Amino acid sequence: MTWTWFHKLASPPHAYRIAGRLAPWFGWPAAVLVAAGLYGGLVLAPPDYQQGDGFRIVYVHAPSAWLSMMVYATMAIAAAIGLVWRIKLAHAVAAASAPIGASFTALALATGSIWGKPMWGTWWVWDARLTSELLLLFLYAGVMALRSSIDDRDRADRAAAVLAIVGVVNLPIIHYSVYWWNTLHQGSTITKIGKPSMAGDMLWPLLAMLLGFTLYYAAVLCVRLRAEVLVRERDASWLRTGSLG
Amino acid sequence: MSSFLYMGGYAAYVWPSIGLTLAVLAWNVLAARRAHVRARSHALARAARKAAP
Repeated sequence: MTWTWFHKLASPPHAYRIAGRLAPWFGWPAAVLVAAGLYGGLVLAPPDYQQGDGFRIVYVHAPSAWLSMMVYATMAIAAAIGLVWRIKLAHAVAAASAPIGASFTALALATGSIWGKPMWGTWWVWDARLTSELLLLFLYAGVMALRSSIDDRDRADRAAAVLAIVGVVNLPIIHYSVYWWNTLHQGSTITKIGKPSMAGDMLWPLLAMLLGFTLYYAAVLCVRLRAEVLVRERDASWLRTGSLG
Repeated sequence: MSSFLYMGGYAAYVWPSIGLTLAVLAWNVLAARRAHVRARSHALARAARKAAP
């Protein structure tokens, strides 16, 4: 059947091995892209005509904010797959993603706050973009807390999955908040398809950072997934052979 | 070089942002590796205990 590859991939020993093999293939390109993006953004890109050199925070703020949402979407999709098709590996992906996403949400809030101080004159305002991003951090925290508060793993997976899926509502709110409400936050920089509001020498470092952060997430996810699989499969026979890569 | 570090007067905002980002990038790698190493040694110890009579 055409689905055998899928079941094979979703089998824990396979996933464990494949994740171990893939991690460096995501990790090293990520390192190169982030290094190039930082060099391009901090050194090569010209200062912004309004924000001077202060705009360079965008090169770390936008990729963190992107990951905060992309990781959440991945987590929710994995959780939904786990819930509907009862694939345990999907729950493991969701569980492995939560701390990564939470860390980048905190980073997006922190770098945004640091950027806001010189540009807006305040560290924080309770406007739609900032508040909905803060809510995202609470959603991550809630998913992780819920998971760790239930001893039975299947029940913990299901409960965390439901909360993660419900929380998806927040993603479009974050994205469109700058259009739906009056906000101090500037509009999006590159998601205007075909017409990014940035010059090329400012834009490519940002794209490098966005791609670099995405690959970085894939690499870290691989490693965390391996740990998650080992914990979940501790009584499985494949672990008793003593051949862990 | 010093004008690069000065960041047009925004040094106090740009460099902490970069520093925080590098810290989060490093933390994620270290935390993931630590989780894997720990899970691996637990799994191997458990397997060894079960293999013993």
